[in-house]
Amino acid sequence: MSIENLKTYDPFAEADEEDSGQTKQTQEYIHIRIQQRNGRKTLTTVQGIPKKFDAKKILKVVKKEFACNGTIIGDEDSKMGDVIQLQGDQRAKIKDFLTNKDDGLGLDAKTIKVHGF
Amino acid sequence: MDSEEPSIQRRTSRKSVAFTDEKLVVDADGSVTMVASPTDEIKETAQSHSARTPPLSAALGAFTDASQATHDAQDAAAAPAADDGLDLSLMKKKKKKVKKEDDADAAAADAPAAEGDGAIDLTMKKKKKKKVAKEDDEFAKKLEALNLEGKEGEEATPEEDEQDGDMEQGTGIWAHDETKTITYNPLLSRFFALLSQKNPDHASTGTRSYKIPPPQCLREGNKKTIFANLPEICKRMKRADEHVTSYLFAELGTSGSVDGSRRLVIKGRFQQKQIENVLRTYIIEYVTCKTCRSPNTELSKGENRLYFITCNSCGSRRSVQAIKTGFSAQVGKRRKMQG
Repeated sequence: MSIENLKTYDPFAEADEEDSGQTKQTQEYIHIRIQQRNGRKTLTTVQGIPKKFDAKKILKVVKKEFACNGTIIGDEDSKMGDVIQLQGDQRAKIKDFLTNKDDGLGLDAKTIKVHGF
Repeated sequence: MDSEEPSIQRRTSRKSVAFTDEKLVVDADGSVTMVASPTDEIKETAQSHSARTPPLSAALGAFTDASQATHDAQDAAAAPAADDGLDLSLMKKKKKKVKKEDDADAAAADAPAAEGDGAIDLTMKKKKKKKVAKEDDEFAKKLEALNLEGKEGEEATPEEDEQDGDMEQGTGIWAHDETKTITYNPLLSRFFALLSQKNPDHASTGTRSYKIPPPQCLREGNKKTIFANLPEICKRMKRADEHVTSYLFAELGTSGSVDGSRRLVIKGRFQQKQIENVLRTYIIEYVTCKTCRSPNTELSKGENRLYFITCNSCGSRRSVQAIKTGFSAQVGKRRKMQG
């Protein structure tokens, strides 16, 4: 019988790479925002998709799936990274897409923040 | 457990921020009057908050009712006077409800009951029984719980008053030398009954929702929305107007200004419900204390340009994120070409 608390684990050791990367990713939220255009038209912007995903490919899939147009806005000067901009209110759909494990990105829902009304 | 679970579930899933059902009327001189306009959704929440404790104690009263009806007068006499007085006051309240069909001697029966002695005559007992039956819908939840419990409990009897005895007087299954295993549900209901009885303010403050007046939205022209009672809401939340304003703008992805009478003019068309949603998230993020869920907090700029929320009721302190606008796409006219 082993004592649970006395594992051979050094709490002062440097956290390994995998671990720190994971915690960093959880702090970096993915922001899904909505913006009003003229009339009842809206834009959805997705900001902060992890770098390991190709924004272009995501956009291609998403455009087909949501039947909407969209674009990638590269903000080199600011540190926002690539922003995917979609036409219409796609917040719920894009959130589903980002969290879906089977045919989505399979991200953790906690990292996603949906803004707007 | 399963019978108690729905209510607990409801308590957690319920919106922690509710908007008052009163219609707010702001006079010209700035005085605010509230006109009640019942809305079913809000009323439901209000009911569930304010009446959280009474049902428990009322249920307790119901238990004692039933047991008193079945148990002999000796038990009632043995009951501590203080406890009895509490119960009977509740009974009296209930009695008032059914008094219209009761005859005059109910009032006569009331008087000894209020004194809390064991001299309860038979007619009164009968009435009590009737009352329990009458208030069936009110205690439907409780009864359902008992029924469910009776279904799954092995040795628990289906009869309500036999099963749970009188927890006040220590009879039935609550007797000191009773060896029968008490099932979870009566124990749970006893716990809550005692809890609400011993410290009534504790239960009521813990579950009350935070109410702010509903935002008033007017349309200015075709493209702007006026948020009329922002200063009042901010005062209620004890937050700076600018902070709330910047949060609103960041969340709605728009801009705006404050007009002469301190109303907020937001660019874009927004409905009251949408503003409400944003305010709700604001309150969850920046007003309520995460530890004790009390809205009695203060937002202050601490050292290092960080914002801190200090709770006035539990004293906890936590940092909150600064409001960030994030990316906002170019809408409307094209940006002027650089260079």
